[in-house]
Amino acid sequence: MAIRILVGVKRAIDYAVKVQVKTDKTGVVTEGVKHSMNPFDEIAVEEAIRLKEKKVAQEIIAVSCGPTQCQETLRTALALGADRAIHVEINGKDYETLQPLAISKLIAAVAKKESVDLVLLGKQAIDDDCNQTGQMVAGLLSWPQALFASKVDIKDKKAEVMREIDGGSETIRVKLPAVITTDLRLNQPRFANLPSIQKAKKKPMAKMSPSDLGVDIKPHQEYLSYEEPPKRQGGGRVSSVDELISKLKEKGLV
Amino acid sequence: MINLRRFISTAQLLRTTKFNPWVPHKCNMSSTVVNQSLYNFSEEEKLIKETVARFGKEHVEPHVRQMEEAGGYKPELIQAIFDQGLMSVDVPLEYGGSGQTFFSSILVIEEMSRIDASVGLLLDLQNTLLNRLILSCGTEEQKHDYLPRMAKNLVASFCLSEPTSGSDAFALKTTAKKQGDYYVLNGTKMWISNAEISGVYLVMANTNPQAKHKGISTFIVDRETEGLRIGKRENKLGLKASSTCMVHFDDCKVPAKNLLGKEGEGYKYAISMLNEGRIGIGAQMVGICQGAFDKTIPYTKERKQFGQRIFDFQGMQHQIASLATEIEAARLLTYNAARLRDAKLPFVKQAAMAKLYSSELAGKVTSKCIDFMGGLGFSCEYPQEKFFRDCKVGTIYEGTSNMQLNTIAKFIDSEY
Repeated sequence: MAIRILVGVKRAIDYAVKVQVKTDKTGVVTEGVKHSMNPFDEIAVEEAIRLKEKKVAQEIIAVSCGPTQCQETLRTALALGADRAIHVEINGKDYETLQPLAISKLIAAVAKKESVDLVLLGKQAIDDDCNQTGQMVAGLLSWPQALFASKVDIKDKKAEVMREIDGGSETIRVKLPAVITTDLRLNQPRFANLPSIQKAKKKPMAKMSPSDLGVDIKPHQEYLSYEEPPKRQGGGRVSSVDELISKLKEKGLV
Repeated sequence: MINLRRFISTAQLLRTTKFNPWVPHKCNMSSTVVNQSLYNFSEEEKLIKETVARFGKEHVEPHVRQMEEAGGYKPELIQAIFDQGLMSVDVPLEYGGSGQTFFSSILVIEEMSRIDASVGLLLDLQNTLLNRLILSCGTEEQKHDYLPRMAKNLVASFCLSEPTSGSDAFALKTTAKKQGDYYVLNGTKMWISNAEISGVYLVMANTNPQAKHKGISTFIVDRETEGLRIGKRENKLGLKASSTCMVHFDDCKVPAKNLLGKEGEGYKYAISMLNEGRIGIGAQMVGICQGAFDKTIPYTKERKQFGQRIFDFQGMQHQIASLATEIEAARLLTYNAARLRDAKLPFVKQAAMAKLYSSELAGKVTSKCIDFMGGLGFSCEYPQEKFFRDCKVGTIYEGTSNMQLNTIAKFIDSEY
């Protein structure tokens, strides 16, 4: 009874890029900036592929919501081992104001449409750090959720997931269909090797729009401004522990 | 199995080192106008370039110095490179290759050379020289015998030069006497790259010394063949992780079926292979230039002297801008030669120009990068001195600069 997995991949600004805020404070500079698959989503794709290699999964569908460039990210997912891809096309202003709730609705709609048994997502995207999509998808579908997974075992339509929590880790068992979000230590993603990049060319990529899925992506929040964090102020030097304590007392910190 | 660890910690997100995107800075690559520049990569080529750049940074870079000191590549790294499909980039899928364009192999060599020119050399030789030789001249049986293995785990070496024949390659003295079902090879080859780790050697030998260069033939010689002996390795200035040895043939009996192509046509094959190999070396040299540059410019933006960043001195800016322009020119020469070759258009002159220009430039760029780094450039703790040493052989191997100039002049002669 091999399961079918939907993996969400987001095209985010590459982790190594020095992000710059636009001068008009309406967002960050994305034009001409290197983008790549969100690292936590890479871990999700890797986990899905491993499940397929273990013959627990029979099909992996990759989905991404955004402009045409998302197809590159989906191609990467196909090159890593996904079987097919779905691109939910959202352009221009709609994309700039796209929020996690809208994305969750889209992913939930695709999950229902494709009748998948498992939705695998990264725990958060490194551009907005929202950490909401996985939770909201589960809520919208009324499916159980296992978040911040650092170990996943699937057997007999049940997933045993070790999660990273504040105090350490906990293991929970959820019935499929479910939503699992990946954390850093779940696995080490592979590189797409050249033969699989070649094979990915032939894998199908479907395109759809939010209206095809019956989803309204109207934003519910308005971003007022984007600003850089305050520049780091230099510290002061102290010559003894006593001086340190008195300085801390001065600032009202002890 | 190599430890494929990747650091995606939060600290990584705060990294300040810039990973240069392949796209020229501030260029709007989402325009819908047809891109006819030499940066018009197909989706696969883009993905390959990025994957290799990342692979190089995460799996090769940590081991570069260690491999140089050990005088050899890490075996797990070589296998990982094979597994990535990087040793058979443009070999067709039916022979176990990765089925990409020749241009993709150039991108692979360039990206890898930005990290380590020795690994770049391994990729260059296997892709542009050795696979190519078998693909162009081999029988279907030979192709099916060797190419899949060369894609999976078999490193090969190209044996042309000898102690008494370098630029005058076809004055080679190694003989191959036909004896029944065998050819018996006698002679010595010199400067054979990766000889220590290769499993098969493509050897140029003369089956008819009286016909001079028209007797040169090519043979596929397996390592285990009796009479083949790998000599001592050379102690070199650079590219130390790549073993360079003499290879001796003492009554080495090679089965007649291992003749590659026709007797007496070896010199033709060698010439045409080396034309493509030249583009590969061009890519390697461009990679070295870019790699050295990438490690140096951030330093110039941090280092302060006389109250300002050294990058802000106009003298520095002029030198840096000048070098960047030349690196761009070298890259475009190389890319163009590769695209011409893929389009099956004449490319020999352009290939020679690419190799000539890139290799001469690499010497200049790496030397200047050491200057920009000041005292640190002279220290082995920093990568510039390795790039400086590694690139020196660029003007020498696969046809010296003088030979390239001769080639280019011949074309010019025939054009006017």
